[in-house]
Amino acid sequence: MTMTRNPQLDQHGALKHLLSIEGLPRDVLVNILDTAKPFVSVAEREVKKVPVMRGKSVFNLFFENSTRTRTTFEIAAKRLSADVINLNINASSASKGESLLDTISNLSAMDADMFVVRHAQSGAPFLIASHVREGISVINAGDGRHQHPTQALLDMYTIRHYKQSFTGLTVAIVGDVLHSRVARSQIHALSILGVPEIRVVGPKTLVPDSFARMGVRVYNRMEAALTGVDVVSMLRLQNERMDGGLLPSAQEYYKSYGLTAARLALAKPDAIVLHPGPMNRGVEIESSVADGSQSVILPQVTFGIAVRMAVMSILAVG
Amino acid sequence: MNTLPPVDALIETLCAQIRPQIDPARTALVGIHSGGVWVADILHRALGIITPLGTIDVGLHRDDLERSGLRTRMRASMIPFEVAGADILLVDDVLHTGRTIRAAMNELFDYGRPDRIRLATLLDRGGRHMPIAATFLGQAVSVGDEDEIVLDRAATGAHADTLLLRIAPRTGQRAPD
Repeated sequence: MTMTRNPQLDQHGALKHLLSIEGLPRDVLVNILDTAKPFVSVAEREVKKVPVMRGKSVFNLFFENSTRTRTTFEIAAKRLSADVINLNINASSASKGESLLDTISNLSAMDADMFVVRHAQSGAPFLIASHVREGISVINAGDGRHQHPTQALLDMYTIRHYKQSFTGLTVAIVGDVLHSRVARSQIHALSILGVPEIRVVGPKTLVPDSFARMGVRVYNRMEAALTGVDVVSMLRLQNERMDGGLLPSAQEYYKSYGLTAARLALAKPDAIVLHPGPMNRGVEIESSVADGSQSVILPQVTFGIAVRMAVMSILAVG
Repeated sequence: MNTLPPVDALIETLCAQIRPQIDPARTALVGIHSGGVWVADILHRALGIITPLGTIDVGLHRDDLERSGLRTRMRASMIPFEVAGADILLVDDVLHTGRTIRAAMNELFDYGRPDRIRLATLLDRGGRHMPIAATFLGQAVSVGDEDEIVLDRAATGAHADTLLLRIAPRTGQRAPD
């Protein structure tokens, strides 16, 4: 993309869309993480709602199915008192032949204030953001293999929660890095926040050496990659990778790259284990690790709602 | 022109008013960030309140979010007691328009339905936009519309508790509290 100015920021450098972690200034990321903190406590109240987005309409546009991500955005918007409209576009206009931008124009005419977009095509949220009228914000909830910025932000929130700071950490990202929008967003976020050592590990077919260009260290052996790390971030192995000939079988994969208790023991004793869900137990992660004391997978879900509330309220009211 | 009284004296006045009107074993104190928390912290000890001190950040309930946006450095409200049925004494440093107190009460009700809420403030500078009054007041003062009253706290050391009130020219576009 040949753009001189980041399309996510207004002329004062304030966030107006959240499309990608790449290119965001550090203080924008830190502000999102700081803002999320008070939102965590909202969930502990009898009334789990604050009036920050009262009267605003959030449209969840899911061109690709994801019940889990859609639900967390829906909960986040509802806890901010916004009205939420869920649209599963696969099942409606797209199948009738309406173009993406016609769909967006129609929904904008219904006085939307915010679009949360999940699309199988990389870059679709950018296209939408460049067509919505002034004042409407777009949040990328995952586009193709490109970015999943709110997932990376909730991972950063979780890491900061348990490790206090980013400087001095070694983080290993494990699995299908090549096809993962989560990994891509994480690598950008970790770099911007100052993590000195980011490792990626997996088979050569899924973690090619070319990743070194992103400033990370590439490993093809789990044991070497996990030794001494503070954070192990697992990626979900998608079943279609087996069919594509990139991997022999789930069992083979687990044997070489599954996060077992024995392998986790190579990390620092206080290392934490992240996973964006849904997990394949026995494929990328051993059950006892997923449920173990170093797993922060469920706190990630809780923090994820607070982080999405923070992003939405920053976009809605500045 | 700094004609504001010393904080110690105001706290003493407040304690004298509050003490006969509360039950230290039952009344709970909630300070409003940030100045109100400092004052509440001192009152909490001086009055021998048993219930742990609560703190509130009204950031998410402000009525000027559309105009002024979220503040950076918002803090989480911490209400470490059961609000339903509680006898609450809300504490702030300066009472002005009443908007902060309105927001704080809304926030409190998110936690439950208190039995009673009363309000204690060091100063009342008048200029109310809401039908709100302090139950316990250190002193009423008169300052110009262009000025704001700032409460400072000595950062560290033995004087960490030392609070100081001063008048400063109003800064920024934030709506008055």
